Amino acid sequence: MAPLISTRGLGKTYATPVLDGVDLDLLPGEIHALVGENGAGKSTLSRIIAGLTTPDRGSMSFEGRPYAPRSKAEGEAAGIHMVMQELNLIGTLSVAENIFLDHLPNRAGWIDFKKLQRDATEILTRIGMGDLDPRLPVEQLGVGQQQMVEIATSLWRHCRVLILDEPTAALTAPEVAHLFDQVRRLRSEGVAILYISHRLEEIRQIADRISVLRDGHLVTTREVAGFSLDEVVRLMVGRELGSADFTSGRSRGPVALAARNLRLGDKVQDISFEAHRGEILGFAGLMGSGRTETMRAIFGADTLESGQVFLHGNKTPARIRSPRDAVRQGIALLTEDRKAQGLFLALGIRENLTISDLRRVAATTGWLPRALETTQIRRWIDKLHIRCNSPDQGITELSGGNQQKVIVARWLFRDCDILIFDEPTRGVDIGARFEIYRLLADLAAEGKAVVVVSSDLNELLMLCDRIAVMSAGRLAAEFQRGAWTQDAIMAAALSGHLGTPAVN
Amino acid sequence: MPPATASRLRRELGDYFGLAIALGLLVLTFSLLTEHFFSPTNFRTIANQIPTAMLVATGMTLVLVLGQIDLSVGSVLAFSGAMLGVAITQWKWPLAIAVPAALGTGLACGLLNGAISIRWRLPTFIVTLGMLEITRGAAHAVTRSQTQYLGSSVGAIASTEFLGLSIPFLLALTIVAASHVLLTRTVFGRHAIAIGTNEEAARLSGIDPRPVKLAVFGGTGVLVALAAIIDTSRFESANPNAGLGLELQAIAAAVIGGTSLMGGRGSVITTFFGVLIIAVLNAGLAAVGARDEMKRLITGAVIIAAVIIDVYRQRPSRRP
Ligand SMILES: Nc1ncnc2c1ncn2[C@@H]1O[C@H](COP(=O)(O)OP(=O)(O)OP(=O)(O)O)[C@@H](O)[C@H]1O
Ligand SMILES: [Mg+2]
Repeated sequence: MAPLISTRGLGKTYATPVLDGVDLDLLPGEIHALVGENGAGKSTLSRIIAGLTTPDRGSMSFEGRPYAPRSKAEGEAAGIHMVMQELNLIGTLSVAENIFLDHLPNRAGWIDFKKLQRDATEILTRIGMGDLDPRLPVEQLGVGQQQMVEIATSLWRHCRVLILDEPTAALTAPEVAHLFDQVRRLRSEGVAILYISHRLEEIRQIADRISVLRDGHLVTTREVAGFSLDEVVRLMVGRELGSADFTSGRSRGPVALAARNLRLGDKVQDISFEAHRGEILGFAGLMGSGRTETMRAIFGADTLESGQVFLHGNKTPARIRSPRDAVRQGIALLTEDRKAQGLFLALGIRENLTISDLRRVAATTGWLPRALETTQIRRWIDKLHIRCNSPDQGITELSGGNQQKVIVARWLFRDCDILIFDEPTRGVDIGARFEIYRLLADLAAEGKAVVVVSSDLNELLMLCDRIAVMSAGRLAAEFQRGAWTQDAIMAAALSGHLGTPAVN
Repeated sequence: MPPATASRLRRELGDYFGLAIALGLLVLTFSLLTEHFFSPTNFRTIANQIPTAMLVATGMTLVLVLGQIDLSVGSVLAFSGAMLGVAITQWKWPLAIAVPAALGTGLACGLLNGAISIRWRLPTFIVTLGMLEITRGAAHAVTRSQTQYLGSSVGAIASTEFLGLSIPFLLALTIVAASHVLLTRTVFGRHAIAIGTNEEAARLSGIDPRPVKLAVFGGTGVLVALAAIIDTSRFESANPNAGLGLELQAIAAAVIGGTSLMGGRGSVITTFFGVLIIAVLNAGLAAVGARDEMKRLITGAVIIAAVIIDVYRQRPSRRP
């Protein structure tokens, strides 16, 4: 079959070469997975195909004709669409307006809101988000929901090639299933789909062929059938992963954090739980089940309506009225929305990393010794294998997964006793993911209390001693390691939605 | 030197280098156009004129880095100066009390700007716009709209010289240097930059933006009052109409130096270059005998050109 898109000898160099001699063919009606470590060049390659970046070397063709888009608009005119790795929605506009931003239905310039909402609802229903009110401003949605909206903005278009750059990084199983239905539908219509993900099990489920990028080189393209995951990992990482045992060597200590009857709107309804020292407690649940809201409230980022938080076994409730209070009492919160709530996009790795605990490097006078700071930063760059040119490289120049590692490092740098990590490995490759698990396991073994919220159930199953399941703003169930099954956890996650209409 | 330090140094020097070249070109142009321009006396005159602008623009830079704006600096300057004038001429306070009172006035206005904006979560654009009117009114009220003539008793402050440079100029230079260090080498400065870049992310990193905001606005108030004292001393009078349009000059100097109005990016040193460029431009245009409308036209064009150059320097790879 003649390829829709072919690239030949594609290369791109920033400070160092990030892509080199890439020959990739996308066939019509195929789902083509692209995998590789963080910083391997997957997003760069996609951006070149979509017209967002110009290659330095090599050429592309589209249906046999030379193709050299100079802008995203030119790519889209040819029928090539991309859902980018980072969220690019406009927070103050409604869901519907975001979906149709460049094609708002109108009569002589007057927006036809009825049609806008009808069309939006139709698309949302297709991806299983029919309950979402299209009039809600996007900023009121969680990251997973925003991700679905982002996907919706590409789905309605008539496209020939669709590039999905880590679309599922913040999605839970039911949303992923809906997304896959749509992707398969497009495939049957002859669309070529380039699918980037770090969740290798997903790729087995959905992809027809798989290409592996390593350090900017395309090492192989093969049929997915008969290609073992271990082999994929070895080709990606260039070595075997260490053991996947992240649960031994620690024992449960006293209670470090006890939440009692927390309430905040309909997302946090009477939540009580305890996190122990020397333990990793997981929070599972569907998108919008209230896990993020619960953690933010504990951290003082939002104000609780009622309820109390007890820390370190104290009999009196902790006074946490701002994140600053929380941090001072030894709580860290890694937020799920790294672009809006985590990163200082205009600044470098340095500023992004040490911000959580500048006092640690600073003299009592407030003077910041740069050299000492640099040494500390380099330690974390090495420890988490953050791929960068220098500690002062702009954070936006890092690949998505490496940005995430910087934020993880930010909170490990602070050395808090209670670590709440909301989607800690969003967009992080499998090798680095294991390293983060190892670090969290070591911290728990040292006697810290670790709470992990994740949309990736496998992650929780691998890492946690105990899993709490939230559903529709309530705590639905709690499982000890050994006493859980995936089915039981999923059933608990769905329980709050049965009978009652889903939230929003 | 480790490579990271070297590259940072190169970048920082690069920032200054472009501005220094622009400044040099201006000086060269005016020196060629008129023989009166390139002389030690003329440079000394310029140096002794700019401390006010230096101080106010320094404060403005810190405010802009924090992602805020202070429109009230011109009026606060007039009000602080008016307090100094009235305290000396009418209330007969000694200088040792009148000067701190003027500084206190500036500090109070700045803190009020910060506090109101924090308490009611108002954009500082609005709060300081209100303060601009209030303090201008207050300046007229305390002086009954009369310029206060102080005589030479205060003139000594501005006219004392050291190595041929006036004390105010040296003081302003010191403050520029100190502010630069504060912004680039201290926890406080790092917090200000973080807040200016992404206030929510800063808050969630455990930083309380409120004290930083208060300190920056309060500090700016003090710098403005200091400028008012220098002006009052230089003119030996306090004029309730002083500092009209000063806020725009200060913003212009900061922007020419590459400070972003969106917050998070800015440098006190490059702002100093901005002040120099505007001062040289003004002095040069005066020396070649340009008319007032011509001066404004050219100054405006320079501001826009400077920002265009800056945009290109910052984002070489921006695409549609
Ligand atoms: N504007 C830029 N300037 C300098 N380097 C850049 C720039 N953009 C990307 N890079 C570098 O190019 C490399 C590849 O980045 P890319 O985003 O393509 O990686 P990726 O494979 O998508 O990784 P991830 O899985 O983390 O998303 C990275 O090392 C990154 O630091
Ligand atoms: Mg990427």
